[in-house]
Amino acid sequence: MKLKQRFKKSLPKLVTVSPVSIWLLILIAIPLVYVLVISFASRSPSGGIEFAFTLENYGKLASADYLKIYGQSILIAFFTTVISIFISYPFAYHMANSSKTKRTILMLLVIVPFWTNSLIRLYGWKTILGTEGVLNNLLMDAHIIKEPLNMLFTTPAVVLGMCYTLLPFMILPLYASIEKLDRALLEAASDLGAKRIHSFFHVTLPLTSPGIFAGSIMVFIPALGYFFVSDLLGGGNTMLIGNLIKNQFNTSQNWPLGAALSIVLIIVTLILVKIYTKVGGKIDDLGVA
Amino acid sequence: MKPMVEITNVNKYYGDNHVVKDVSFSIFDGEFLTMLGPSGCGKTTTLRMIAGFEEPTNGSILVGGENVSDKEPFERDVNTVFQSYALFPHKTIYDNIAFGLKMKKVKKEEIKERVTEMLSLVQLEGFEKRMPSQLSGGQKQRVAIARALINRPKVLLLDEPLGALDLKLRKQMQIELKRLQKKLGITFVYVTHDQEEALTMSDRIAVMNGGILEQLGTPDEIYEKPKSKFVADFIGESNVFEARVEEVQKGALSLRTETGTVTAKNDACVQNEIVYISVRPEKLQFSEKEVEGFHLTGVVKEHIYVGSFIRSIVVLQNGFEVKLNRLAGSDLPPVASVTNLYWEKEHAVVMHSRQHQIFSLIDNVDLGEHYETETAL
Amino acid sequence: MKQAKEKIIKALGKIHAGLILLFLYLPIMVVVVFSFNTSKRNIVFQGFTLEWYGKIFENQRLLESFKNTIIVALTSTVITTVIGTIGAIGLYKYKFKGKGVVDALMYIPVVIPEIILGIALLSIFAIMKMPLGILTLIIAHVTFSIPFVVFTVRARLNGFDPSIEEAAMDLGAGRIRTFFEVTLPCIMPGVLAGAMLALTLSMDDVIISFFTTGPTSTTLPMQIYSMVRSGVSPDVNALSTLILVGTIAVVVITQGGLFSLIKTKITKKKI
Repeated sequence: MKLKQRFKKSLPKLVTVSPVSIWLLILIAIPLVYVLVISFASRSPSGGIEFAFTLENYGKLASADYLKIYGQSILIAFFTTVISIFISYPFAYHMANSSKTKRTILMLLVIVPFWTNSLIRLYGWKTILGTEGVLNNLLMDAHIIKEPLNMLFTTPAVVLGMCYTLLPFMILPLYASIEKLDRALLEAASDLGAKRIHSFFHVTLPLTSPGIFAGSIMVFIPALGYFFVSDLLGGGNTMLIGNLIKNQFNTSQNWPLGAALSIVLIIVTLILVKIYTKVGGKIDDLGVA
Repeated sequence: MKPMVEITNVNKYYGDNHVVKDVSFSIFDGEFLTMLGPSGCGKTTTLRMIAGFEEPTNGSILVGGENVSDKEPFERDVNTVFQSYALFPHKTIYDNIAFGLKMKKVKKEEIKERVTEMLSLVQLEGFEKRMPSQLSGGQKQRVAIARALINRPKVLLLDEPLGALDLKLRKQMQIELKRLQKKLGITFVYVTHDQEEALTMSDRIAVMNGGILEQLGTPDEIYEKPKSKFVADFIGESNVFEARVEEVQKGALSLRTETGTVTAKNDACVQNEIVYISVRPEKLQFSEKEVEGFHLTGVVKEHIYVGSFIRSIVVLQNGFEVKLNRLAGSDLPPVASVTNLYWEKEHAVVMHSRQHQIFSLIDNVDLGEHYETETAL
Repeated sequence: MKQAKEKIIKALGKIHAGLILLFLYLPIMVVVVFSFNTSKRNIVFQGFTLEWYGKIFENQRLLESFKNTIIVALTSTVITTVIGTIGAIGLYKYKFKGKGVVDALMYIPVVIPEIILGIALLSIFAIMKMPLGILTLIIAHVTFSIPFVVFTVRARLNGFDPSIEEAAMDLGAGRIRTFFEVTLPCIMPGVLAGAMLALTLSMDDVIISFFTTGPTSTTLPMQIYSMVRSGVSPDVNALSTLILVGTIAVVVITQGGLFSLIKTKITKKKI
């Protein structure tokens, strides 16, 4: 009787909480643990997994070729982040200082491109940047250049693609933090004799730094993994950590090595998030919503 | 009178937090009972246990003679008026009020009839189609009351229902609620922290503090005969003196306080017992000469004009500030003069319950611990 | 002097905003423009034609992948919205052992690079011997979008007065009845926003789909991905244009309130 009653009392809890918990457990927790396990296994000659404990995969990660790729990937992610901050900040600032109607329109305009698949949009860039592409044609027609510029399949093209795909992830958190800024503080600063530039560096920038941090995390981390951007705009000349992992699981069929690479990427991510929370960032600010 | 709600030895713990402590009392059929106390005293928790939103850790609750302890809120014949009104924001006023009857699958025509009746009862005819967001606070309150009453509950529970209204509207609603309760004859259990509201509306008041039922009685009893220092302080204003019983006579006690001697009616005291005496500010009087049985002097600190009366503060030798309320126009000793104070001996309330004595010694501290150790012994 | 400075700053802000928007829309405009191009190669604009819009219906693989995309997006959105909404309510209301773990798991798809979730799901499907196809795609899409639904619904619940649910139960509604009559309508805006987000994420996903799709279940992004290196035929441009127009239409209809609000504001300004 007592037991039955207890069950009846906890039924609503069970019904609401179990599905999501079980789903996340089976499809996030267990797979990630499994990836960790594979990373210590070895590749069988046929491309399968042989479960014999080894650290060999992690050893391979330190090879010079790979180190070069990590460096390149981190550099691309870094430039993408910095450029995104510089071009997004004034835009977010302008947006936050617009009228309510204009804000809503600008917000929608930032989100609408998401409704076309990112591959299509990157393909648009390919059309623009190609040797016989739109931009080269325009420049040649205007007699600014004589020979077509080699823009596509270069590292800057990859950075451009990354900035392009990830820009909203920088704009939205920046906007949220600038919008929260109390205007009275700026007035107080100017009242106390601060020039516009001073009040920007002493008031606005420090107070909106949470937005900058959140945006940076949301741009930097994906930029390490977005292999399709380098595939499309880098044309195989630029390799990211993402491409490396993808190749192990795809063409080379070396899952253990790919798993080890993934574990390293997870660790890098966790360190970055840790730093982010250390400087006062909130995990909740990292969601899209 | 037969009890409508019987609460017996009810305890409620939230983890280690003991919020309702062995509370027992009955609420009579057709009664307006108010649970009064400061926030966190356990009054709302007790109300929510009657409603079924919380489950007592132990003890039993009977409604209409039936044990409801393991019944869901929707299985109980009680309805609640919430502090936040809790109107369904997406339903019209009509649908809000009709909700309970719809759940009971009452016929449409009857629902319509009863909603109309309810709307006229709370004077909101013509509001059927409006949404809650289009109403003022007072109007929302009426809808909340109508929505609960339409189910003809055995008991109506009201959780600080007037808390969000401004003073004037609150006074008006107090009268309306009381009138409504009399007219319908339904048992009302009302929760508030406003003592004035409790005194004006209730048939009986249950004063709670720190999870304990301090006193249950009519407004008159609560005000005139507080049983503990807490009740004396919380209901209205009071001057509370600590004193030792010097002499017990037939009709009177002679008591010694830190600063003098006073008199009170004999209330079954023993010699040398330590008691508390509570005297309302309006019962205290000035005197040029010493009054028989009293030796209590102080310096007049100030007179404050408060409209219908004058509030005087007299400082005793030990720094204790005595409050007096005198009618405007009465003779008052000048500020800074020395004056005698006295009262009619029947106006002093002697509190000597051992249990309450312990509480009153430690003012405003966590009373729970002491109670627990006591019961443990 | 001060005003002039202010004006210059404002003007610069506007120009910059314009440039950013140009940056965001340039590739989309190129795709749209080239969908009307008579040339088969997306390089030079030669002349106007609607030919490619007709060609969409002849391209079986394109249609098939589009159909798959829609099936996966709709199914995963429905599943995600149901599980995510009731999960958000449960996680909001109840405390239980291991809640911290569930909360932490929820942040993983948001924070870690998508490729990790992609390969992790691929690995688990491999052990479970599940053939990659529509089913694995749906499961994968539900997995990465659940947190977003939970977060948006939870945000809505934060502003929800729990007494409203108690009132319904007090008035005789059982738990299920209370959920459908009161709770769900109150949090509906959050649920819809979450569903929209899940739909968008599903339609746009490349990375996780890349690992969890099979040969029989090519989605539009995967189809495009395989075509992109060699060159995309203009019928893809045409289909993309149609999808864009379609989504904008859906949003305009569902968010009609918002747009009419803007409109009335603008007309008010004019008066």
